[in-house]
Amino acid sequence: MELEVKGLTKHFPVYERGVILKRRLGDVHAVDNVSLEIRKNETLGLVGESGCGKTTIARCMLYLEPPSSGEIFFEGRNVTEIFRKADRTRVLELRRQMQYIFQNPYASLDPRMTVADIIMEPFEVHRHIPHDQWLDRMYELLRMVGLEDYHAERYPHEFSGGQRQRICIARALAVNPKFIAADEPVASLDVSVRAQILNLLQDIQQKLGITYLYISHDLSTVRHICHRVAVMYLGKIVEVAETNELFENPLHPYTVALMSAIPVPDPKQKRHRIILPGEVPSPINPPTGCRFHTRCPRRVDICSKEEPPLIEVQPGHWLACYNPWPPKHVFA
Amino acid sequence: MSETLLSVEGLRTYFYTYAGVVKAVDGITLQVNKGETLGLVGESGSGKTVTAQSIMRIVPTPGRTIDGTVKFEERNLLRLKESEMQHIRGKEIAYIPQDPTTTLDPVYSVGDQLVEVIMRHQPVSKKYALAKATELLHSVGIADPEIRINQYPHELSGGTKQRIAIARALSCEPSLILADEPTTALDVTIQAQILELLKDLKQKFNVAMVLITHDMGIVADTCDRVTVLYAGQVCETGTTEQVFENPKHPYTEALLSSVPSLALRKETLSVIPGSVPNLIHPPSGCRFHPRCAYSRQVCIDKDPELEPIGEGRFVHCHRWKELDLKSAVAS
Repeated sequence: MELEVKGLTKHFPVYERGVILKRRLGDVHAVDNVSLEIRKNETLGLVGESGCGKTTIARCMLYLEPPSSGEIFFEGRNVTEIFRKADRTRVLELRRQMQYIFQNPYASLDPRMTVADIIMEPFEVHRHIPHDQWLDRMYELLRMVGLEDYHAERYPHEFSGGQRQRICIARALAVNPKFIAADEPVASLDVSVRAQILNLLQDIQQKLGITYLYISHDLSTVRHICHRVAVMYLGKIVEVAETNELFENPLHPYTVALMSAIPVPDPKQKRHRIILPGEVPSPINPPTGCRFHTRCPRRVDICSKEEPPLIEVQPGHWLACYNPWPPKHVFA
Repeated sequence: MSETLLSVEGLRTYFYTYAGVVKAVDGITLQVNKGETLGLVGESGSGKTVTAQSIMRIVPTPGRTIDGTVKFEERNLLRLKESEMQHIRGKEIAYIPQDPTTTLDPVYSVGDQLVEVIMRHQPVSKKYALAKATELLHSVGIADPEIRINQYPHELSGGTKQRIAIARALSCEPSLILADEPTTALDVTIQAQILELLKDLKQKFNVAMVLITHDMGIVADTCDRVTVLYAGQVCETGTTEQVFENPKHPYTEALLSSVPSLALRKETLSVIPGSVPNLIHPPSGCRFHPRCAYSRQVCIDKDPELEPIGEGRFVHCHRWKELDLKSAVAS
């Protein structure tokens, strides 16, 4: 097991600001008691709509956001504990092994640094390779992500979105990580460039044996790149399965609705589309019981009263639902 | 063939910036028939939005439409006086902008914004306009329209705001709606709701629509015909079936095969090399030639004509006759 998350919860307090005092109105339940595991060399997809807590999970995994409760283990080491103790050598060691690729390559590169500076900054922080090898390593990284040597002297504004995302990938690879959390790495890119970046991520995984957490709201890219997929709704994981199993045999009503909502680029294929009524409820006061029951086409009485546990319904296929669709229902 | 409602010919809109002249729209020709939905597809920077803005004559400075005709019900919109144009905007051609959060005025209530449009174009009392606005909110599927009408945009979710933008577009019963990426800012389940709504409304009001999008899935789902744009020029036009099953332009073929599919998983995605060109100095000849797998010397030297190839289709390629292009989606 490469990475294990146990009972992760993250609440953000919401305040009302008065003239003198501020009053706590409640908590945004961004992530609530989530457990999952990522195996070595695999890509786990984390899917869900905006505001469901995908990014918060990833940020907590890397301790960019301290979790409210719960624990994270990376190769047997307790990540949360190491960061809480803040022992610099051990923290830096973990930082080298776990990296993050941000959603928006336009915002995550310093506009006043050249590409060379950006890629070499991790060397300066971590000092994990001797100074005389910095340049060679930087050029090696540039070539690995499909850029040319002469790009090193340029500034981020001179690059297109796809090229910037390549720079971000090179920067993440600079510390030889074992795990990368990629937060919607292609969402802000054009369709024709998306395929290039997805292929690059796959190549790197094969070459370097990296484990990915791939966050996306786009099920079609998830199907393409991920080995296993976890589907989230309002801070909870509702279904986890191998990619092919999930796409061929989705059981949770939310997963099924999500899949049927995606327009398919084939004018002849007319599918039965499940339109979910309403919108995602507020995470400040999430619905009782199953959080999806307010929009669920298959809700039964118990759904609004008790929260369904995440149980293994078939080997490797986990589900949190009292009244799932029958197997092989939609895409059979 | 049904009656033509809008026909755009040789439209050129350039932006005169300090860095040079950006040829954002460079000779676009398209046609919308009564009651049909035309998909306008392309990547960012291909000129989709500027085309719509040029039709409405709301191109922001430093942009200017310098050539072409926009014929709407026998009138050339580019020749009309500004005062005449104001009678067309909102009344006969309505615009649904991309991002509903930025296009509703935050200091006016939803009702005020709808009433303003209705009273601007129709000689009705405020009371009547308000009743009409409530009815419109109901018809775009907003629950409790009487409450919503007094609310301000910040109190509403993205999906509801987009429904209000659609209601505003429908308020004067236009014959044409230009919808600029109406679902891009929304989540997939909300996107499904809005697409379904647009289809229903099209049937109910028999309104023609230009749907601007970069998502081939949305085109397949909602459009009757499609025009594919690349770098400010038309690649090809045809019915949705024709273009998806039998693409005639190499860009369309590449675009279709680079979209990851839900139904089948490919080992590696096919890729269009390079990126969208700089439109200050576009490539010579055919603008797609540096990224095209089939380019020849003639493509570098000469810009092809937009050629009619029968059955209402148009192709902008020198080699469409010789090429046997395959569609990645045809099963």
